[in-house]
Amino acid sequence: MKKSQREIMDSSRQITRRGLLLAGIQIGTVTTLALKMRSMQLDHAEEYRMLADGNSIKIRLLPPSRGLILDRTGIIIAGNEQNYRVTLTREEAGGDVEPVLRRLSQLIPMTEARIAELMEEFGRRSAITPIVLADRLSWEQFSAIAVNAPSLPGVTPESALSRAYPRAGDFAHVMGYVGPVSDYDLSRIEDPDPVLRLPDFQLGKIGVEGRMEEVLRGKAGARRVEVNSQGREMRQLSRQEGEQGATLQLTVDAALQNYAAQRMGEESAAAVVMDCQTGELISICSSPSFDPNKFVRGISSPEYRALMDHDHRPLADKTVQGVYPPGSTFKMVTLMAGLEAGVINAGTRYYCPGHTELGGRRFHCWRRGGHGMVDAIKSLEESCDVYYYELAQRVGIDRIAIMARKLGLGVRHDLPMSAVAVGIAPDREWKMARHGQNWQVGDSLNASIGQGFVLASPLQLAVMTARIASGREVRPQLVRSIDGVRQAVPDYPALDISEASLRVARLGMDAVMNSARGTARSSRITREDWRMAGKTGTSQVRNITAAERARGVISNDQLPWARRDHALFVAYAPYEAPKYAISLVVEHGGGGSTAAAPIARDILLFALNGGLPPLDAVPSEARAGLEARHEAMQLFQPEAPRPGRSRA
Amino acid sequence: MSYLDYQVAQVPTGFRKVLYINWPLVLLITAVCCIGFLMLYSVAGGRMDTWAEPQMIRFAIGMVVMLGLAFVPMWFWRGISVAAYVVCFLMLVAVDMFGVIGMGAQRWIDIGPIRIQPSELMKIALVLLLAAYYDWLPLTRVSRPLWVLVPVLLILAPTALVLMQPDLGTSIMLVAGGGIVMFAAGVSLWYFGAVIGAAVGLVVTIMRSRGTDWQLLRDYQFRRIDTFLDPTSDPLGAGYNIIQSQIALGSGGLSGRGFMQGTQSRLNFLPEKHTDFIFTVLSEEFGFIGASSLLVLYMLILGFCIYSALTNRDRFASLITLGISGTFFLYFAINMATVMGLLPAKGSPLPLVSYGGTSLMILMLGFGLVQSAHVHRPR
Repeated sequence: MKKSQREIMDSSRQITRRGLLLAGIQIGTVTTLALKMRSMQLDHAEEYRMLADGNSIKIRLLPPSRGLILDRTGIIIAGNEQNYRVTLTREEAGGDVEPVLRRLSQLIPMTEARIAELMEEFGRRSAITPIVLADRLSWEQFSAIAVNAPSLPGVTPESALSRAYPRAGDFAHVMGYVGPVSDYDLSRIEDPDPVLRLPDFQLGKIGVEGRMEEVLRGKAGARRVEVNSQGREMRQLSRQEGEQGATLQLTVDAALQNYAAQRMGEESAAAVVMDCQTGELISICSSPSFDPNKFVRGISSPEYRALMDHDHRPLADKTVQGVYPPGSTFKMVTLMAGLEAGVINAGTRYYCPGHTELGGRRFHCWRRGGHGMVDAIKSLEESCDVYYYELAQRVGIDRIAIMARKLGLGVRHDLPMSAVAVGIAPDREWKMARHGQNWQVGDSLNASIGQGFVLASPLQLAVMTARIASGREVRPQLVRSIDGVRQAVPDYPALDISEASLRVARLGMDAVMNSARGTARSSRITREDWRMAGKTGTSQVRNITAAERARGVISNDQLPWARRDHALFVAYAPYEAPKYAISLVVEHGGGGSTAAAPIARDILLFALNGGLPPLDAVPSEARAGLEARHEAMQLFQPEAPRPGRSRA
Repeated sequence: MSYLDYQVAQVPTGFRKVLYINWPLVLLITAVCCIGFLMLYSVAGGRMDTWAEPQMIRFAIGMVVMLGLAFVPMWFWRGISVAAYVVCFLMLVAVDMFGVIGMGAQRWIDIGPIRIQPSELMKIALVLLLAAYYDWLPLTRVSRPLWVLVPVLLILAPTALVLMQPDLGTSIMLVAGGGIVMFAAGVSLWYFGAVIGAAVGLVVTIMRSRGTDWQLLRDYQFRRIDTFLDPTSDPLGAGYNIIQSQIALGSGGLSGRGFMQGTQSRLNFLPEKHTDFIFTVLSEEFGFIGASSLLVLYMLILGFCIYSALTNRDRFASLITLGISGTFFLYFAINMATVMGLLPAKGSPLPLVSYGGTSLMILMLGFGLVQSAHVHRPR
């Protein structure tokens, strides 16, 4: 069939109409597209450009290396060590990690259980998350992995800095330790430093590490990197190194600390050595201790439980957190309160029959037979309790409490350590507030000999001793310099106590050590230029029951350890020009003169000598024992000559 | 109009046909493909062998095919139109059956080294058959309901088969391609109005049904619609592609970030960057200038086709040219609208630019027909 010319013309016209209509629709559509493009690329380009940059450029923080902590002679007591480890990223391993793990197990020891554990972890985590396969590798293992890297796809050997405490347990309580940042840590910090959110970042938890965190942390550096949509790094655009945290030099002496720790041995004890003039803490040692490195690396739960269950409480810092009834070491306080109040003078005597009757109750002296006539010096020398019972009734608790606070008891000393205890210097107001009861005269009698409500930490006792020795209001110092900048030693004002009163106390303390009837004569220092003055204390931790009383006095040795008396001792030396004050508490150690005083003397001698105590400085009968003790010790020997070893 | 009606004497013969080929069109197609090579080189991170080189080889083959087809006389195409449709239809049935056996959405048939996607071939075959139908049908009957029903069935039969594959994108393209030929053939606009009205009504009804007892789509399907309407509601899930693509496109600005400097595309933020999302790479790296240049090239291709169709007195040839250029237009308009976020994400390549052999070959085949129509137009 043939189309007519007319039909062709009609068709042509119709096609032209519809063709033009189609063209119109197409032009309209393309115009819409072009307008949308224009709006996106010209009008909103900036917004999209910002989104694109946010997509692709990420800031990666570089954790700063933590500031070092040195002792007063420059020995590192908290440093950073290279931690070699290997990580594996599943995506880079080509998806199947098991053959890689098997090959790796030929290079480093990996048990089947560990491989299974890792496989489970890989299943849980995203394919691009690096997972730590092994930590704290030796250099040999690390380099073996690096050499074999081509056959271990996805395995990355890394090195990172990790906190390490080369002096292990010696400074555990002072330093505290660092640990991973917990949600709880973050919740406590207002506007936390973003570096805290880095995985594996270590934050000071307690002790100096915790309290000086801001100083030690340093400033994070940053890298600008381009990442793809999976977050994988493609290249580094710029790198800005962080700043290391400030180097912190403490006033403590690593060698003395080590000696103190070993001298106390397995005893549950605390020793604080303080410079009488500057207040610098030369040693502050709690025993037994623990290895803080284990806390950094992750302590196993049996190990942790063992520390928690230990009856000597190795985790507790007994120097500043522990509070004890100071016992007879408190007698200087009561004595000076009496002297200052004018109730007594140095020559005032009381008669000691061995006990005092008060309201039908009998308060015993430690010597049942009594001391006879006792004056101020003798009251300290022989530690007569009845003298203080008589004195307390005349002075009253409030004046005793005021004197205690002047000497640094019952007040908080600001140290960068955790949970520094305030202790208790009780008075009428305190008892009313605390117990809602009126003060009884009997309470005063107990308090006068450091029992009853009185509580003090070894640190406070050291402060008290240093103040008596120097006559000045010294305060404890722990930080010697920050980043080489020496912390100013405050110019301590004189105590608000007359020199005469202080002198009586000092004479009494000297008599304790050096007179023929002194309670701690056997622990004296025999070298005259280091002559020591001190005071023993024995504090009851139990109430003597009526039944026990009926049976008579039980000796400490017959009691279970936890019910024995605490042994205390405070001292300073040299007597003429006081340099160091020491306080020492041996928990449940028994008598202060036998359990605490010899240890304190040896530590004090080490400090004075700058090394092992010379045997000629101790009484001849103690020499053999001390020598044997020293031979059994494995003392820390500072390697290099110690420059700037000054004790000022 | 049978081939006897052609004034054969006036139609160029033999090698002389080369002079009558629509050379500007060839040039424009080559230019667009060259943009494609450049972008494929860029997204491969500066490598030829990943995508650019295979694409160049396919383009060379496609060019030969197109020019070869240009030499085939127009009446041959009309002669085989019914056969071509039937063969494509049978292949679709076969694919569906193999698909059932193969337990998956199989869309192709392997014949030796060549892999044929019948649904793609069907796009051309359908245009051919409808053009032949309207060439045969007297103008007066074009809008008669019964004569409208025939092409509608011809369109819906293969569409149904493709839908079963399931391949919604290609089904829509088949319906739209067939619709364009019907539109060009002069079917009354009322029919189109009715269909569009019915479609809008259906969409409104579906959207209204949400949350009621007679909900027409499942909840996840509604959520997909939500994601399309507001991609930011699911930035890491279904909305991710669209957001990333919009970011890439917008961040290009006026002149782009520079060749091979697109952070979005180079850093893998873009999905399918060498195929469906290649336009965003172009927009990111060459900006508004680059993107609108491509748009202009596309418009010129359309313009030359439409001009060729309107000046051709052979109804069959005109309808083929309009149908194929219309399909081409739909291809790039849908792709661009998708990456700009104007249409829901549905895998569709950017014609002549995206990596992929099938799409390029089908397009070159189509342009071969357009060239054939141009060469053999009645003079």
